[in-house]
Amino acid sequence: MRDLHTRLQHLFPLGELTEQRPNLGFVTVPAAYLRPTLLHLRDLEGYTHLVLLTAVDWLEEDLFQLTYLLSNRAAGRDIGLRVKFPRQAASMESIHDLWPTAATYQRELREMFGIDFPGSPRLHEEFILEGWNDIPPYRRDFDTLKYARANFSDRPGRETRDPEQHMKQQLYPDGA
Amino acid sequence: MEQELKPELQKRMVKGPDGVEFEVEPLRDYYCEALPTVQHGAYFKIVEDFFNWARAQSLWILGFGTGCGAIEMRPLMTPRFDAYRYGIQWRPTPRQANLLVISGYLSVKTLKRAIRAYEQMQSPKYVVGLGSCTINGGMYWDSYNTIKRLDDYMPVDLYIVGCMPRPEALLAGFEDLKKLIRAGKAEGANQYAEKFDWYKSNQKRVIHDWDMPDYNW
Repeated sequence: MRDLHTRLQHLFPLGELTEQRPNLGFVTVPAAYLRPTLLHLRDLEGYTHLVLLTAVDWLEEDLFQLTYLLSNRAAGRDIGLRVKFPRQAASMESIHDLWPTAATYQRELREMFGIDFPGSPRLHEEFILEGWNDIPPYRRDFDTLKYARANFSDRPGRETRDPEQHMKQQLYPDGA
Repeated sequence: MEQELKPELQKRMVKGPDGVEFEVEPLRDYYCEALPTVQHGAYFKIVEDFFNWARAQSLWILGFGTGCGAIEMRPLMTPRFDAYRYGIQWRPTPRQANLLVISGYLSVKTLKRAIRAYEQMQSPKYVVGLGSCTINGGMYWDSYNTIKRLDDYMPVDLYIVGCMPRPEALLAGFEDLKKLIRAGKAEGANQYAEKFDWYKSNQKRVIHDWDMPDYNW
Protein backbone atom coordinates (compact mmCIF):
# COMPACT_ATOMS: atom_id res chain seq x y z
CA MET A 1 0.00 0.00 0.00
CA ARG A 2 2.83 2.40 0.98
CA ASP A 3 4.60 2.10 -2.35
CA LEU A 4 1.41 2.98 -4.20
CA HIS A 5 0.86 5.95 -1.91
CA THR A 6 4.39 7.23 -2.49
CA ARG A 7 3.97 6.87 -6.23
CA LEU A 8 0.64 8.70 -6.16
CA GLN A 9 2.01 11.47 -3.96
CA HIS A 10 4.45 12.44 -6.65
CA LEU A 11 1.51 13.09 -8.98
CA PHE A 12 -1.34 14.35 -6.81
CA PRO A 13 -1.55 16.35 -3.55
CA LEU A 14 -2.82 13.45 -1.43
CA GLY A 15 -3.34 13.31 2.32
CA GLU A 16 -1.86 10.79 4.75
CA LEU A 17 -2.44 7.09 4.13
CA THR A 18 -4.54 5.20 6.67
CA GLU A 19 -3.71 1.52 6.46
CA GLN A 20 -6.66 -0.52 7.66
CA ARG A 21 -5.11 -3.82 6.64
CA PRO A 22 -2.00 -4.61 4.62
CA ASN A 23 -4.21 -4.79 1.53
CA LEU A 24 -6.68 -1.99 2.35
CA GLY A 25 -5.83 1.70 2.68
CA PHE A 26 -7.67 5.01 2.70
CA VAL A 27 -6.38 8.32 1.46
CA THR A 28 -7.85 11.82 1.24
CA VAL A 29 -7.98 13.56 -2.14
CA PRO A 30 -8.88 17.19 -2.88
CA ALA A 31 -12.11 17.34 -4.88
CA ALA A 32 -10.38 18.89 -7.90
CA TYR A 33 -7.95 15.96 -8.15
CA LEU A 34 -10.50 13.19 -7.74
CA ARG A 35 -11.02 12.42 -11.42
CA PRO A 36 -7.33 12.32 -12.42
CA THR A 37 -6.56 10.15 -9.39
CA LEU A 38 -9.37 7.74 -10.22
CA LEU A 39 -8.33 7.60 -13.87
CA HIS A 40 -4.71 7.00 -12.91
CA LEU A 41 -5.67 4.21 -10.52
CA ARG A 42 -8.03 2.62 -13.03
CA ASP A 43 -5.89 2.77 -16.14
CA LEU A 44 -2.33 2.56 -14.85
CA GLU A 45 -2.48 0.87 -11.45
CA GLY A 46 -5.02 -1.87 -12.20
CA TYR A 47 -7.75 -0.68 -9.78
CA THR A 48 -10.44 -1.45 -12.31
CA HIS A 49 -13.35 -2.26 -10.04
CA LEU A 50 -15.45 0.37 -8.25
CA VAL A 51 -16.54 -1.57 -5.17
CA LEU A 52 -18.72 1.12 -3.67
CA LEU A 53 -19.39 4.80 -3.46
CA THR A 54 -20.80 6.01 -0.19
CA ALA A 55 -21.17 9.19 1.84
CA VAL A 56 -20.60 10.29 5.43
CA ASP A 57 -22.28 13.33 6.90
CA TRP A 58 -19.83 15.31 9.07
CA LEU A 59 -22.51 17.59 10.47
CA GLU A 60 -20.31 19.26 13.12
CA GLU A 61 -17.65 20.16 10.55
CA ASP A 62 -20.30 21.08 7.97
CA LEU A 63 -18.81 18.66 5.46
CA PHE A 64 -19.88 15.72 3.38
CA GLN A 65 -17.38 12.98 2.72
CA LEU A 66 -17.58 10.65 -0.26
CA THR A 67 -15.63 7.41 -0.20
CA TYR A 68 -14.73 5.78 -3.51
CA LEU A 69 -13.54 2.25 -2.82
CA LEU A 70 -11.55 0.73 -5.67
CA SER A 71 -10.29 -2.80 -5.97
CA ASN A 72 -7.37 -4.32 -7.79
CA ARG A 73 -8.51 -7.88 -8.35
CA ALA A 74 -5.19 -9.15 -9.68
CA ALA A 75 -3.20 -7.86 -6.72
CA GLY A 76 -5.97 -8.44 -4.17
CA ARG A 77 -5.70 -4.88 -2.89
CA ASP A 78 -8.29 -2.19 -2.20
CA ILE A 79 -7.89 1.55 -1.88
CA GLY A 80 -10.47 4.05 -0.67
CA LEU A 81 -10.39 7.64 -1.82
CA ARG A 82 -11.99 10.13 0.53
CA VAL A 83 -13.22 13.48 -0.75
CA LYS A 84 -14.57 16.17 1.54
CA PHE A 85 -16.67 19.09 0.37
CA PRO A 86 -19.09 21.59 1.96
CA ARG A 87 -22.61 20.49 2.92
CA GLN A 88 -24.22 23.67 1.60
CA ALA A 89 -25.39 23.15 -1.98
CA ALA A 90 -23.51 19.85 -1.92
CA SER A 91 -22.37 18.93 -5.38
CA MET A 92 -19.71 16.59 -6.71
CA GLU A 93 -18.37 15.70 -10.10
CA SER A 94 -20.10 12.68 -11.60
CA ILE A 95 -17.95 9.65 -12.48
CA HIS A 96 -20.60 7.68 -14.38
CA ASP A 97 -18.40 7.84 -17.48
CA LEU A 98 -15.56 6.06 -15.67
CA TRP A 99 -17.75 3.34 -14.13
CA PRO A 100 -21.36 3.09 -15.37
CA THR A 101 -22.37 1.55 -12.02
CA ALA A 102 -21.50 4.83 -10.33
CA ALA A 103 -24.68 6.32 -11.79
CA THR A 104 -26.77 4.08 -9.51
CA TYR A 105 -24.74 5.01 -6.43
CA GLN A 106 -25.06 8.66 -7.36
CA ARG A 107 -28.80 8.38 -7.72
CA GLU A 108 -29.01 6.89 -4.25
CA LEU A 109 -26.73 9.56 -2.76
CA ARG A 110 -28.78 12.30 -4.41
CA GLU A 111 -31.93 10.91 -2.85
CA MET A 112 -30.68 9.93 0.60
CA PHE A 113 -28.12 12.72 1.21
CA GLY A 114 -29.15 15.36 -1.31
CA ILE A 115 -25.75 15.43 -3.00
CA ASP A 116 -25.97 16.63 -6.58
CA PHE A 117 -23.93 14.99 -9.35
CA PRO A 118 -24.49 17.16 -12.44
CA GLY A 119 -24.75 15.14 -15.65
CA SER A 120 -25.32 11.77 -14.03
CA PRO A 121 -28.03 9.80 -15.87
CA ARG A 122 -31.51 9.52 -14.32
CA LEU A 123 -30.20 11.36 -11.28
CA HIS A 124 -33.47 13.00 -10.33
CA GLU A 125 -35.63 9.94 -10.69
CA GLU A 126 -36.88 8.35 -7.49
CA PHE A 127 -34.55 5.62 -6.36
CA ILE A 128 -35.92 4.01 -3.18
CA LEU A 129 -38.27 6.55 -1.67
CA GLU A 130 -41.56 7.36 -3.29
CA GLY A 131 -43.10 10.78 -2.92
CA TRP A 132 -40.59 11.93 -0.32
CA ASN A 133 -41.36 15.45 0.85
CA ASP A 134 -38.82 16.22 3.58
CA ILE A 135 -35.07 16.81 3.68
CA PRO A 136 -33.07 13.76 2.55
CA PRO A 137 -33.41 11.16 5.31
CA TYR A 138 -29.76 10.13 5.68
CA ARG A 139 -28.66 13.66 6.53
CA ARG A 140 -27.89 13.76 10.20
CA ASP A 141 -29.98 16.85 10.81
CA PHE A 142 -33.04 14.86 9.70
CA ASP A 143 -34.88 13.78 12.85
CA THR A 144 -36.23 10.34 12.03
CA LEU A 145 -38.03 9.91 15.36
CA LYS A 146 -39.82 13.23 14.97
CA TYR A 147 -40.79 12.32 11.42
CA ALA A 148 -42.10 8.91 12.52
CA ARG A 149 -44.14 10.52 15.33
CA ALA A 150 -45.64 13.08 12.97
CA ASN A 151 -46.54 10.58 10.24
CA PHE A 152 -47.31 7.23 11.84
CA SER A 153 -49.63 6.76 14.79
CA ASP A 154 -48.55 4.91 17.92
CA ARG A 155 -50.41 2.06 19.52
CA PRO A 156 -50.86 2.87 23.19
CA GLY A 157 -49.38 0.48 25.74
CA ARG A 158 -45.90 0.12 24.39
CA GLU A 159 -43.24 0.27 27.12
CA THR A 160 -39.52 0.58 26.81
CA ARG A 161 -37.17 -0.65 29.51
CA ASP A 162 -33.54 0.14 30.02
CA PRO A 163 -31.92 -3.29 29.48
CA GLU A 164 -29.36 -2.84 32.28
CA GLN A 165 -31.90 -1.79 34.91
CA HIS A 166 -34.36 -4.43 33.78
CA MET A 167 -31.85 -7.28 34.08
CA LYS A 168 -30.71 -6.00 37.49
CA GLN A 169 -34.32 -6.14 38.67
CA GLN A 170 -34.76 -9.60 37.23
CA LEU A 171 -31.55 -11.09 38.63
CA TYR A 172 -31.20 -9.22 41.93
CA PRO A 173 -34.69 -8.24 43.05
CA ASP A 174 -33.51 -7.28 46.60
CA GLY A 175 -30.98 -4.84 45.18
CA ALA A 176 -27.90 -6.83 46.21
CA MET B 1 -49.29 16.81 -2.10
CA GLU B 2 -50.22 16.75 -5.78
CA GLN B 3 -47.62 15.14 -7.99
CA GLU B 4 -47.45 14.80 -11.70
CA LEU B 5 -48.59 11.38 -12.91
CA LYS B 6 -46.00 8.93 -14.13
CA PRO B 7 -45.82 8.72 -17.94
CA GLU B 8 -47.39 5.27 -18.04
CA LEU B 9 -50.42 6.56 -16.13
CA GLN B 10 -51.05 9.62 -18.27
CA LYS B 11 -53.87 9.84 -20.78
CA ARG B 12 -52.50 9.11 -24.23
CA MET B 13 -53.27 7.91 -27.74
CA VAL B 14 -52.29 4.32 -28.48
CA LYS B 15 -52.08 2.65 -31.85
CA GLY B 16 -53.39 -0.89 -31.82
CA PRO B 17 -51.95 -3.80 -33.83
CA ASP B 18 -54.73 -3.31 -36.39
CA GLY B 19 -53.65 0.28 -36.99
CA VAL B 20 -56.61 1.87 -35.22
CA GLU B 21 -55.70 4.70 -32.85
CA PHE B 22 -57.61 4.95 -29.60
CA GLU B 23 -57.35 6.93 -26.39
CA VAL B 24 -56.24 5.26 -23.17
CA GLU B 25 -56.67 6.75 -19.72
CA PRO B 26 -55.05 4.10 -17.50
CA LEU B 27 -56.53 5.20 -14.18
CA ARG B 28 -60.08 4.95 -15.56
CA ASP B 29 -59.78 2.26 -18.19
CA TYR B 30 -57.76 -0.38 -16.39
CA TYR B 31 -59.80 -0.48 -13.20
CA CYS B 32 -63.40 -0.83 -12.17
CA GLU B 33 -64.61 2.35 -10.50
CA ALA B 34 -67.17 0.76 -8.17
CA LEU B 35 -66.30 1.05 -4.50
CA PRO B 36 -66.46 -1.94 -2.15
CA THR B 37 -69.85 -2.75 -0.65
CA VAL B 38 -70.85 -4.51 2.52
CA GLN B 39 -71.76 -8.14 1.89
CA HIS B 40 -74.64 -9.19 4.11
CA GLY B 41 -74.76 -12.67 5.51
CA ALA B 42 -77.36 -15.27 4.57
CA TYR B 43 -80.86 -14.77 5.98
CA PHE B 44 -80.86 -18.01 7.93
CA LYS B 45 -78.20 -18.27 10.58
CA ILE B 46 -77.68 -21.96 9.92
CA VAL B 47 -76.89 -21.21 6.29
CA GLU B 48 -74.43 -18.47 7.24
CA ASP B 49 -72.83 -20.82 9.78
CA PHE B 50 -72.45 -23.40 7.04
CA PHE B 51 -70.82 -20.81 4.78
CA ASN B 52 -68.46 -19.75 7.56
CA TRP B 53 -67.53 -23.37 8.23
CA ALA B 54 -66.72 -23.79 4.56
CA ARG B 55 -64.76 -20.52 4.47
CA ALA B 56 -62.71 -21.57 7.47
CA GLN B 57 -61.73 -24.75 5.64
CA SER B 58 -60.39 -22.96 2.62
CA LEU B 59 -57.64 -20.50 3.42
CA TRP B 60 -55.62 -19.47 0.42
CA ILE B 61 -52.70 -17.30 1.29
CA LEU B 62 -51.33 -14.74 -1.12
CA GLY B 63 -47.64 -15.50 -1.60
CA PHE B 64 -46.52 -11.95 -0.94
CA GLY B 65 -43.69 -11.41 1.53
CA THR B 66 -43.42 -7.89 2.85
CA GLY B 67 -40.67 -8.07 5.45
CA CYS B 68 -38.24 -10.44 7.09
CA GLY B 69 -41.17 -12.54 8.34
CA ALA B 70 -41.61 -13.90 4.84
CA ILE B 71 -38.73 -16.22 5.63
CA GLU B 72 -40.98 -18.08 8.09
CA MET B 73 -43.39 -18.94 5.29
CA ARG B 74 -40.91 -21.13 3.46
CA PRO B 75 -40.57 -23.84 6.13
CA LEU B 76 -44.30 -23.50 6.65
CA MET B 77 -45.21 -24.33 3.06
CA THR B 78 -42.62 -27.09 2.70
CA PRO B 79 -42.46 -30.56 4.34
CA ARG B 80 -40.89 -29.45 7.63
CA PHE B 81 -44.06 -27.80 8.98
CA ASP B 82 -46.39 -28.50 6.09
CA ALA B 83 -49.27 -26.10 6.54
CA TYR B 84 -51.09 -27.82 3.68
CA ARG B 85 -52.24 -30.55 6.05
CA TYR B 86 -54.40 -27.88 7.75
CA GLY B 87 -55.97 -26.91 4.44
CA ILE B 88 -53.87 -23.77 4.05
CA GLN B 89 -52.19 -23.14 0.76
CA TRP B 90 -50.40 -20.41 -1.10
CA ARG B 91 -51.42 -18.82 -4.35
CA PRO B 92 -49.36 -16.61 -6.64
CA THR B 93 -52.01 -13.99 -7.39
CA PRO B 94 -54.42 -11.94 -5.28
CA ARG B 95 -57.32 -13.03 -7.50
CA GLN B 96 -56.96 -16.59 -6.22
CA ALA B 97 -56.26 -15.80 -2.57
CA ASN B 98 -58.40 -14.82 0.39
CA LEU B 99 -55.82 -14.42 3.14
CA LEU B 100 -53.19 -11.70 3.08
CA VAL B 101 -50.38 -12.28 5.54
CA ILE B 102 -48.44 -9.10 6.20
CA SER B 103 -45.22 -10.78 7.16
CA GLY B 104 -43.27 -8.26 9.18
CA TYR B 105 -42.41 -4.62 8.77
CA LEU B 106 -44.22 -2.73 6.08
CA SER B 107 -42.49 0.21 4.48
CA VAL B 108 -44.64 2.93 2.98
CA LYS B 109 -43.56 1.84 -0.47
CA THR B 110 -44.63 -1.75 0.19
CA LEU B 111 -47.82 -0.58 1.86
CA LYS B 112 -48.95 0.80 -1.48
CA ARG B 113 -48.45 -2.61 -3.10
CA ALA B 114 -50.06 -4.39 -0.15
CA ILE B 115 -53.16 -2.19 -0.46
CA ARG B 116 -53.37 -2.95 -4.16
CA ALA B 117 -53.02 -6.65 -3.47
CA TYR B 118 -55.63 -6.55 -0.70
CA GLU B 119 -58.15 -4.69 -2.83
CA GLN B 120 -57.73 -7.13 -5.69
CA MET B 121 -58.57 -10.09 -3.49
CA GLN B 122 -62.11 -11.43 -3.50
CA SER B 123 -64.40 -11.14 -0.52
CA PRO B 124 -64.60 -12.63 2.01
CA LYS B 125 -60.94 -11.91 2.65
CA TYR B 126 -58.82 -11.88 5.75
CA VAL B 127 -55.66 -10.14 6.90
CA VAL B 128 -53.19 -11.54 9.40
CA GLY B 129 -50.48 -9.28 10.82
CA LEU B 130 -47.31 -11.13 11.58
CA GLY B 131 -44.79 -10.01 14.18
CA SER B 132 -44.48 -6.97 16.38
CA CYS B 133 -43.71 -4.64 13.47
CA THR B 134 -47.29 -4.82 12.26
CA ILE B 135 -48.63 -4.31 15.79
CA ASN B 136 -46.76 -1.26 17.03
CA GLY B 137 -43.77 -0.83 14.76
CA GLY B 138 -41.54 -3.22 16.67
CA MET B 139 -37.89 -2.39 16.27
CA TYR B 140 -38.82 0.04 13.48
CA TRP B 141 -40.76 2.26 15.89
CA ASP B 142 -38.66 5.33 14.97
CA SER B 143 -38.16 4.61 11.28
CA TYR B 144 -38.95 7.28 8.74
CA ASN B 145 -40.44 4.92 6.17
CA THR B 146 -42.09 2.10 8.12
CA ILE B 147 -45.68 2.20 9.30
CA LYS B 148 -46.34 1.42 12.95
CA ARG B 149 -49.95 0.21 13.08
CA LEU B 150 -51.18 -1.99 10.31
CA ASP B 151 -54.84 -1.63 11.34
CA ASP B 152 -54.75 2.05 10.42
CA TYR B 153 -54.46 1.07 6.78
CA MET B 154 -56.29 -2.22 6.36
CA PRO B 155 -58.64 -4.26 8.55
CA VAL B 156 -56.66 -6.86 10.48
CA ASP B 157 -58.45 -9.97 11.72
CA LEU B 158 -55.63 -11.43 13.74
CA TYR B 159 -52.17 -10.55 14.94
CA ILE B 160 -49.48 -13.10 15.67
CA VAL B 161 -46.92 -11.74 18.12
CA GLY B 162 -43.22 -12.39 18.04
CA CYS B 163 -40.12 -11.05 16.40
CA MET B 164 -40.31 -13.27 14.36
CA PRO B 165 -43.05 -15.74 15.29
CA ARG B 166 -41.99 -19.31 14.70
CA PRO B 167 -43.83 -21.43 12.14
CA GLU B 168 -45.57 -23.21 15.04
CA ALA B 169 -46.95 -19.85 16.18
CA LEU B 170 -48.21 -19.22 12.69
CA LEU B 171 -49.95 -22.59 12.59
CA ALA B 172 -51.60 -21.82 15.94
CA GLY B 173 -52.54 -18.41 14.58
CA PHE B 174 -54.15 -19.89 11.49
CA GLU B 175 -56.14 -22.28 13.70
CA ASP B 176 -57.31 -19.25 15.72
CA LEU B 177 -58.26 -17.49 12.51
CA LYS B 178 -60.34 -20.49 11.53
CA LYS B 179 -62.19 -20.25 14.86
CA LEU B 180 -62.82 -16.55 14.24
CA ILE B 181 -64.15 -17.25 10.76
CA ARG B 182 -66.43 -20.02 12.01
CA ALA B 183 -67.75 -17.70 14.71
CA GLY B 184 -68.48 -15.10 12.02
CA LYS B 185 -66.10 -12.59 13.59
CA ALA B 186 -63.66 -12.20 10.72
CA GLU B 187 -65.53 -9.42 8.95
CA GLY B 188 -62.53 -7.45 7.75
CA ALA B 189 -63.75 -6.98 4.19
CA ASN B 190 -67.06 -5.53 5.41
CA GLN B 191 -65.26 -3.33 7.90
CA TYR B 192 -63.11 -2.02 5.05
CA ALA B 193 -66.20 -1.22 3.01
CA GLU B 194 -67.94 0.46 5.95
CA LYS B 195 -65.02 2.62 7.03
CA PHE B 196 -63.67 3.02 3.51
CA ASP B 197 -63.16 6.80 3.74
CA TRP B 198 -61.30 6.49 7.03
CA TYR B 199 -58.94 3.85 5.63
CA LYS B 200 -58.38 5.84 2.45
CA SER B 201 -57.57 9.04 4.33
CA ASN B 202 -55.07 7.15 6.49
CA GLN B 203 -53.49 5.55 3.46
CA LYS B 204 -53.23 8.80 1.56
CA ARG B 205 -51.72 10.53 4.57
CA VAL B 206 -48.58 8.37 4.34
CA ILE B 207 -48.49 7.52 0.63
CA HIS B 208 -47.58 10.90 -0.78
CA ASP B 209 -47.39 9.88 -4.42
CA TRP B 210 -50.86 8.38 -4.62
CA ASP B 211 -51.31 7.48 -8.26
CA MET B 212 -53.92 4.76 -8.17
CA PRO B 213 -57.69 4.80 -8.27
CA ASP B 214 -59.31 4.76 -4.84
CA TYR B 215 -60.31 1.13 -5.16
CA ASN B 216 -58.40 -0.79 -7.76
CA TRP B 217 -59.76 -4.20 -8.48
